[in-house]
Amino acid sequence: MAAEKIITPKLVVRDLNFYYGAFRALNNISLTIPEKMVTAFIGPSGCGKSTLLRTFNRMYQLYPKQRATGEVLLDGENILDKKQDLNTLRAKIGMVFQKPTPFPMSIYDNIAFGAKLYERLSRHDMDERVEWALKKAALWAEVKDKLKHSGTGLSGGQQQRLCIARAIAVKPQVLLLDEPTSALDPISTAHIEKLIDELKAEFTIVIVTHNMQQAARVSDYTAYMYLGDLIEFGDTSTVFTNPKRKETEDYITGRFG
Amino acid sequence: MPTFLHEARLKHQNWLDILFRNVTRLSAFAVLALLVAIIASLLMGSLPAIKAFGSHFLVSAEWNPVSEQFGALVPIIGTLVTSCIALLIAIPVSFGIALFLTELSPRWLRRPLGIAIELLAGIPSIIYGMWGLFVFAPLFGDHIEPWITRLLGDQPLIGPLFSGPPMGIGVLTAGIILAIMVIPFIASVMRDVFEIVPTLLKESAYGLGATTWEVVWGVVVPYTRIGMVGGIMLGLGRALGETMAVTFVIGNAHELSASLLMPGNSISSALANEFNEAVGELYTSALVELGLILFFITFVVLSLARLMLHRLGRREGQAV
Repeated sequence: MAAEKIITPKLVVRDLNFYYGAFRALNNISLTIPEKMVTAFIGPSGCGKSTLLRTFNRMYQLYPKQRATGEVLLDGENILDKKQDLNTLRAKIGMVFQKPTPFPMSIYDNIAFGAKLYERLSRHDMDERVEWALKKAALWAEVKDKLKHSGTGLSGGQQQRLCIARAIAVKPQVLLLDEPTSALDPISTAHIEKLIDELKAEFTIVIVTHNMQQAARVSDYTAYMYLGDLIEFGDTSTVFTNPKRKETEDYITGRFG
Repeated sequence: MPTFLHEARLKHQNWLDILFRNVTRLSAFAVLALLVAIIASLLMGSLPAIKAFGSHFLVSAEWNPVSEQFGALVPIIGTLVTSCIALLIAIPVSFGIALFLTELSPRWLRRPLGIAIELLAGIPSIIYGMWGLFVFAPLFGDHIEPWITRLLGDQPLIGPLFSGPPMGIGVLTAGIILAIMVIPFIASVMRDVFEIVPTLLKESAYGLGATTWEVVWGVVVPYTRIGMVGGIMLGLGRALGETMAVTFVIGNAHELSASLLMPGNSISSALANEFNEAVGELYTSALVELGLILFFITFVVLSLARLMLHRLGRREGQAV
């Protein structure tokens, strides 16, 4: 049970505002994401849940008109600080996207790509790292005989697990999942959800999802967002069974959204 | 009555359909027929020269209209070497241009730069030739060639390539002018293929903490290599066949020289210069055979490109 774990804050968000040019997409968001647990962001399209996720690895920085104000503390250090090195940040905070994004190279090279950016590993160590990451992502059994084959030849569900393996091969502390199953069939989705449950033993996981049942199944904490506001944040069972706010209840019971 | 009308109209449409189909088929086959006709006439035209010189034509560097001794080695080498120089320069420059335009340039600068590159592609080749002869060659000969000779002329192995008097015109100059001419083609193809790389794929690489360079080298290039090869081949095709600009600056000398700074000749340039004054069956025939060789080289290059693309495609497909 989630309550029995000792809760340590991993990411602390304070008064976060986000702007796409003149448009304000997040309004004074404050919340605390606990270590080695799964936190889900839910809400209707355009509520800012993906935007919030993308501030955690500063992905928005690729686009000149996007900016964030406020604080996001990773183990107490403000990652929105200009002095924060982006590459080190992204080594600590990995991300998996809506659609599987295998690189056009072999399965082995896909996994090694990220690890190579930070560490000089011997051939042997790299082999071990690749195997470790693929095992963690529950993909090893399916691909161990075709590591030299292209990653783009795998099925959609396998590709997404490949992307998860690629992200964890860097040994991040936090894993951001941006609607990781929205392009997958139900069986692949079940695989990934099971995987998320296993991964939280080692990683802090933040997942954005459209699917409320998914949030209820996989997460320990849930944040409900609407139009850039954080409406409610609490442990998942409370948010789903006994929401404090009327808006949350309306959304969860399907009366809206 | 109305049904009749309707039927008549249907019949009419049907007839139009058949006509249209046949017209399109005719156009398609006309292309094939033209190709065959051109090959046939080149072959027929070059028969006297083939009979007279045989395969010696390909390896002989002699080109003497007076004694009617002809060999194609100088123009063949000239064509290949100038095209190679052009690609050696154009590929990295085009890569840089395309990269800047898609990944690094601020948004407001992309459009004007893109248009400038397309305009560069639209300049007629004779203008490049004139510019090359009157502006570039003198500057190159006065200031850069002496410097190249001093720097590289005494080096072992590559020294002979860069020795000789600085004349401005020559094989190297032709290669550089060709590079300038093919850069817009290669750069705009590369830019187009770079642009189709999915944003999510690039974000995935950035998300792992890759720098722009690592994203480009590790993800964009592998993703687009087929398109890049296509763009390079387009440029190579143009460089091989380019006539006017090369004629202006290559020097048109039928002499085999190891130095890139010396005048040489290319196939298309030889044809353009000498057809006017070609008298006698053998001379004309030798020129036609040159044309046949150029045709063949282009054909081989395009086939190799196809083969390479096929191989690349297969390597990717092998995964399935």
